[in-house]
Amino acid sequence: MVEVLLLIGTRKGLWLGHRRGGAWEVTGPHLPMAEIYAVAADTRRGLRLLVGASSTHYGPSVVTSDDLGRSWQEPQRAPISFPADTGAALERVWQLAPGPEDRQEVVYAGAEPSAVFRSDDGGRSFELVRGLWEHPDRPHWEPGGGGMAVHTVLPHPHDHARVLVAMSTGGVYRTADGGHSWEAANRGVRAYFLPEDEYPRFGQCVHKVARHPAKPERFFLQNHHGVYRSDDAADSWQSIADGLPSDFGFPIATHPHRPDVVYGFPLTADAERFPPQGRCRVYRSEDAGGSWTALSAGLPERFYSAVMRDALCVDGADPAGVYFGSRSGEVYASADDGDSWQQVAAHLPDVLSLRATVL
Amino acid sequence: MRVTLVLPRTLRAEAGGAGKVELDLAGEPTLAAVLDAVGREYPGLERRLRDETRALRRYVNFYLDGQECRALGGADSPMREGAEIRVVASVAGG
Repeated sequence: MVEVLLLIGTRKGLWLGHRRGGAWEVTGPHLPMAEIYAVAADTRRGLRLLVGASSTHYGPSVVTSDDLGRSWQEPQRAPISFPADTGAALERVWQLAPGPEDRQEVVYAGAEPSAVFRSDDGGRSFELVRGLWEHPDRPHWEPGGGGMAVHTVLPHPHDHARVLVAMSTGGVYRTADGGHSWEAANRGVRAYFLPEDEYPRFGQCVHKVARHPAKPERFFLQNHHGVYRSDDAADSWQSIADGLPSDFGFPIATHPHRPDVVYGFPLTADAERFPPQGRCRVYRSEDAGGSWTALSAGLPERFYSAVMRDALCVDGADPAGVYFGSRSGEVYASADDGDSWQQVAAHLPDVLSLRATVL
Repeated sequence: MRVTLVLPRTLRAEAGGAGKVELDLAGEPTLAAVLDAVGREYPGLERRLRDETRALRRYVNFYLDGQECRALGGADSPMREGAEIRVVASVAGG
């Protein structure tokens, strides 16, 4: 069984899970009492861990580790801050996304208030991507329940000029010129809460988007009601929600090697926010959303917690490791594409973010 | 004018381990000017006390001669010679 490092970001710190020889060791809290909304493992040059950490007292920051979490580095100058002319202040970092292979120093950050920042030094310092900040749609973006943030940043794996982001609310935006200009890309995604136009150009409450690295024109999208797939680089979206017990949820994640395989964690909504029938179930499609299977082996039958948008992930192993963390502080792992699960951590604070990497 | 910033234990690492930061300031400085000076010497400390718009962080209190600065002039609170500014984190969270 491959060796895996699992970054578990919670509301009160970071935990690290390490699987060796089939056994898990979980250590923490690292960065105690920080809200960890974003974690990333940059494997392009060795392994750098990146964490978006927010102190309720002392503000947000980005810290990095090049030694598997034994020590953490943070520059004196704020790694991410809004320029003075914007009049804005960083609330928190929601996403950290290593760039493409041919730009190994590039790391993107999605932030609150809705903005994208770009680093050209491996995540030590970032600059505002003004093309999105100055977008004419900005005055019309609204905060979702968790805040107005860019929660998803998906750099194209081979074309450094192309990036897709998603925000809640605001929807999906994409650039093909390195961030200088952006266009909304939400055709076919419903915003039921905008009755005057349920399919607007922008303004959707998109919860998460996932891209498949081997098929970069394909995306999967979990919306505030609605699950979608695009096969044309987000020119258009088609519903793939049939067969799911609910079209509501937060996370969505693609298999690392099989472009037709995607995972989600449905919740009932809107009056309630529980897993359907109070059962813990990850849903997997193996035909790009044409049909869905409930995965339950090893998962609890009575479960009323939820899985947040960045708390479901895969690693790069084959068969794939699949992981999710709950608001009730449990983390479950599968080593067989989701066919079976084991609990690797419990009694943690709410899990907000999760990323896994093969060592 | 000399003023002293007294730091809680949780922030001392940002000042090289010091519990107090002494500053010599020209003119008639305010709390904002104190933090500007802190930022020149300890930028990692300064950004934990206020954000990039120079707004004081909501859950950080600055006690000047026993009064929290927001009851005075906030960031515009004037300093006096020998003033001691005690930084105290709000009791918050759960």
